[in-house]
Amino acid sequence: MTLTQQIITIALCVLGTMTTRFLPFLLFSSKKPTPKYIQYLGKALPAAIFGMLVVYCLKNVSILSGNHGLPELLAVLAVIWLHLWKRQMLLSIAGGTVCYMLLVQFIF
Amino acid sequence: MQETTSKQIIAQAARYAFPHTIPIFAGFWFLGMTYGIYMNVSGFSFLYPLLMSLTIFGGSLEFVAVKMLLSPFAPLQVLIMALMIQARHLFYGISMLDSFKGTGFKKPYLIFGMCDETFSINYSAKIPNTIDRGWFMFFVTLLNQFYWVSGAALGGILGSLISFNTEGLDFVMTAMFVVIFLEQWLKEKNHATAVIGITVSALCRICFGADSFMIPTMVCILLFLTVFRKSIEKAGGMA
Repeated sequence: MTLTQQIITIALCVLGTMTTRFLPFLLFSSKKPTPKYIQYLGKALPAAIFGMLVVYCLKNVSILSGNHGLPELLAVLAVIWLHLWKRQMLLSIAGGTVCYMLLVQFIF
Repeated sequence: MQETTSKQIIAQAARYAFPHTIPIFAGFWFLGMTYGIYMNVSGFSFLYPLLMSLTIFGGSLEFVAVKMLLSPFAPLQVLIMALMIQARHLFYGISMLDSFKGTGFKKPYLIFGMCDETFSINYSAKIPNTIDRGWFMFFVTLLNQFYWVSGAALGGILGSLISFNTEGLDFVMTAMFVVIFLEQWLKEKNHATAVIGITVSALCRICFGADSFMIPTMVCILLFLTVFRKSIEKAGGMA
């Protein structure tokens, strides 16, 4: 690839990303009222998105081979337990991560 | 006088935003450095990860972009790939249409910098009335991008020189999304949409595989939310 082709490749990655980020704001300008259906989606989507992002983070875990996703399962349970107990976001995240690192480095 | 007040508002928002970004600092520095090192060992100068993380600012696509830069030039394929990998951002925009109203000149940057993590913090953070919402979101976006870009550049400079046992540190991002999901769960009265999100994604992951399940997932989520709109609205299963 020449330098120009590299620049075009990177620019197209930027274009693709920015299209997905800006499109909703371009389609539904703040001057006109947003259609009811889109307003509904704006409220109903986030909970579904957060569920989707959890799965997205764990997408490379294989349940049928390797550790069968056991370190991930245990660490996620640790995060949930810590969070329900103390309700401190940073503590839950740090505790779960340390737990996962110990599991993959020393046990699995 | 007016000058000091607006400066104070900005400083206050920055101070309030920083703690929210600490987990992302850990995650982005680690992942950003990994990305920089990956580019370095693939034979690129640190300027590539620096400029790419600054302009694309979307983790997974940047990793894929390394492979595309090493393959023969295929512009149309690159654009389609970028749109498919980043499609989930459409959902973030739809969710933030109201939140970003009235943020003035900061709005284009808030949209530009809305990666998964920034969206999640900006959407879910409880911001007291004393803190300016627009500036809070601005600093969350700015700090997160700073972490990512500096990590990527550092990784690109240091290359394969660094080797310390960080295996498993990338779990910090998973832990953060689990906590945000949990917070959302504890806050909502009805869990229909959360259950739809996690079940549909998991089923699509099983059916379509790790590399191509996101688009079918998004389509199915939209389908379910549309078909069950009446009952979801009635149950108030929304934040």
